[in-house]
Amino acid sequence: MSPSEEAGRIPGMDDDTTAGAVSTTQVNADRLPAATYAELEQIAARYPQARSGLLPMLHLVQSAEGQVTSRGIEACAEILGISAAEVSGVATFYTMYKRRPVGDYHVGVCTNTLCAIMGGDLIFDRLKDHLDLGNDETTPAEDGRRSITLEHIECNAACDYAPVMTVNWEFMDNMTPESATTLVDDLRSGAEVTSTRGPRLVTWREAERVLAGFPDDLADEGPSAGPASLLGREIARQRGWTAPSVAEAAQAADVKDQGADKAEGETTAGKAGGAPESAETESQAAVAESGADAKHEDNPRNTGEGDA
Amino acid sequence: MSTPIDTLTPVLTDNWGAERSWTLAAYEAQGGYRALHKALAMEPTAVVETVKASNLRGRGGAGFPTGMKWGFIPQDNPNPKYLVVNADESEPGTCKDTPLMMATPHTLVEGVIISAYAIRASHAFIYVRGEILHVIRRLQRAVQEAYLAGHLGADIHGSGYSLELVVHAGAGAYICGEETALLDSLEGRRGQPRLRPPFPAVAGLYASPTVINNVESIASVPSIIDRGAEWFASMGTEKSKGYGIFSLSGHVTNPGQFEAPLGITLRELIELAGGMRQGHELKFWTPGGSSTPLLTAEHLDVPLDFEGVAGVGSMLGTRALQIFDETTCVVRAVLRWTEFYKHESCGKCTPCREGTWWLVQTLAHLEQGQGSESDLDLLDDVCDNILGRSFCALGDGATSPITSSVQHFRDEYLAHLTHGGCPFDREASTVFAREGASA
Ligand SMILES: Cc1cc2nc3c(=O)[nH]c(=O)nc-3n(C[C@H](O)[C@H](O)[C@H](O)COP(=O)(O)O)c2cc1C
Ligand code: SF4
Ligand code: FES
Repeated sequence: MSPSEEAGRIPGMDDDTTAGAVSTTQVNADRLPAATYAELEQIAARYPQARSGLLPMLHLVQSAEGQVTSRGIEACAEILGISAAEVSGVATFYTMYKRRPVGDYHVGVCTNTLCAIMGGDLIFDRLKDHLDLGNDETTPAEDGRRSITLEHIECNAACDYAPVMTVNWEFMDNMTPESATTLVDDLRSGAEVTSTRGPRLVTWREAERVLAGFPDDLADEGPSAGPASLLGREIARQRGWTAPSVAEAAQAADVKDQGADKAEGETTAGKAGGAPESAETESQAAVAESGADAKHEDNPRNTGEGDA
Repeated sequence: MSTPIDTLTPVLTDNWGAERSWTLAAYEAQGGYRALHKALAMEPTAVVETVKASNLRGRGGAGFPTGMKWGFIPQDNPNPKYLVVNADESEPGTCKDTPLMMATPHTLVEGVIISAYAIRASHAFIYVRGEILHVIRRLQRAVQEAYLAGHLGADIHGSGYSLELVVHAGAGAYICGEETALLDSLEGRRGQPRLRPPFPAVAGLYASPTVINNVESIASVPSIIDRGAEWFASMGTEKSKGYGIFSLSGHVTNPGQFEAPLGITLRELIELAGGMRQGHELKFWTPGGSSTPLLTAEHLDVPLDFEGVAGVGSMLGTRALQIFDETTCVVRAVLRWTEFYKHESCGKCTPCREGTWWLVQTLAHLEQGQGSESDLDLLDDVCDNILGRSFCALGDGATSPITSSVQHFRDEYLAHLTHGGCPFDREASTVFAREGASA
């Protein structure tokens, strides 16, 4: 089946007229602007089944509304042909969705173990003091100042840059309590701030729009990688280390073949191609031996009960 | 035991520093998409066989053979087939897929196209955690460029094969890295694990045959197709073939990413990272994220492959090597991880939902120097009731740091009781303390 054919039939959109008629009693009193509604429909249309669009749709609601709102939930429900309660149940499951207004800048401090120990706990304490905020709270509105929502976050896949912060989910690497307070002061004053490993910062609402799958034009900003990401590569270059060439690998294999009578390591090449059955059992044994992920979650032939 | 590995083998990381490495032009200048053309000239089954022959094992933690997983897709099933890339990277300590997607998203995109072709999928998804915005931008751009270049879309390069690829941002939930929870999330639901069987290979996304693979697994595929299964299998150890990205974080002089053959040791890696930070020594480490039991200085020479790490009672996991020196309080570290598991427990099953709550209570008491020695038995007991009894591996993982730390550092737990609180100075373990020391 061609993908475009599948995308042509969007269950939620086909239901649109009826769903709209039943679900809103106070006619249009509190509906999302038509343009936003249309973009929500666009998101749903990206998927073979419209409901798959719900997470990005909620990101778009946050972008348009500054938080997940009731009318945003209603719109998603209507478009997908599910109940508002179902949408709400999804929205509350995920930590990035907020039911209270978020500031211009969402400031995250990683306090998962590694960052916490490397200084994240002290940074978070300092920022709470400095901004006079508790976790997940927002600075009060003030003329001429941008608002900040402060939250401690979990490991953000940047541990080699600990202690890590984020602003609107852009990386701020290798922070200290001092650089953290300077950062939030700059943000509040509206100064232009750039991610240490990314572009100049946009607002939280603009960021949410990218998460909804409507790209901005900033992909080309920022470096390809930070210094820690490149460390092993640099060392390899300095020392002239590379992966083997294809020829070297073939040579090494020849030498091995000559020496090997049916050694247990002989699970490679020819065998897997020639006798899939035996290759499978062998690899399965290897996996079982390794004890890695005891649940063998990927093997449909495993009934899954053995280890439970 | 393995012979020492005396070289790094940059393959995936090789292009990370290139000028505008994330662009199609830079990627193609380094030979990118050559493997795609080669694959499209092969039968899909031949692509599967090549990956099988390489003995590539999943890089998302479990180490399941990738080619075999692809082989489970029932091609006689009339439903569409799907490929889903697990880019949720949320296991504490894990930080390899994120720089890969930021620096060279096209490596992943090319891998997706080849892998989807191999299993005859017409739709593929990259499920990427929502909290890494710039990575998402780079992926979106790469996919857009690939469409424009004819690498994606209808009738790719005249092969008759068509593929749609969607970059899908998650919304903050560690459990969505578990593959069946990920599928529910991708269907627009709460991310809760599914009962198996049926397995995703048979009834995955939209109840159709689905392959789910980690970013690094899929990103390894172009190199295997381009340079051959034999080449890939020439690296690594007996049963753990190929190269992998090892992520060192914490109290080493220079944290970072090191791509090496599987089987390298922590001793070798720490040396490459410039040693432990000045004046300090290794206390404990995780081999593959917080869900893998802690190891100590005793284990510096264990080959970091699936068998080697399993042999000392832990798991290779995601090669997320979080390194802690003697300034670190192990109880504080373990409590924080446990709070994480409690927070991320999806609530579907009782052992994990209730158990992680109890574990946090008990550990918090111990850390504050309250409670008694019998609390250590209580921890043990609760862990026993979670391990193997929870619905998915999150619950099992939650017990790893606790059981292993009590085993290696029982005295330190007890010291909190005699000291009436934590005997460690929090400042001493921070990176700013290191700056102070060297100034
Ligand atoms: C709680 C939990 C979280 C997980 N998180 C991830 C993740 O972020 N990325 C990943 O690739 N695999 C993760 N996994 C493993 C996946 O379930 C699955 O095994 C993996 O994606 C398969 O890919 P592979 O065979 O290529 O390794 C997680 C598993 C569990 C139980
Ligand atoms: S083990 Fe935890 S995360 Fe997994 S299903 Fe049970 S409650 Fe959910
Ligand atoms: S622990 Fe903070 S980014 Fe991983």
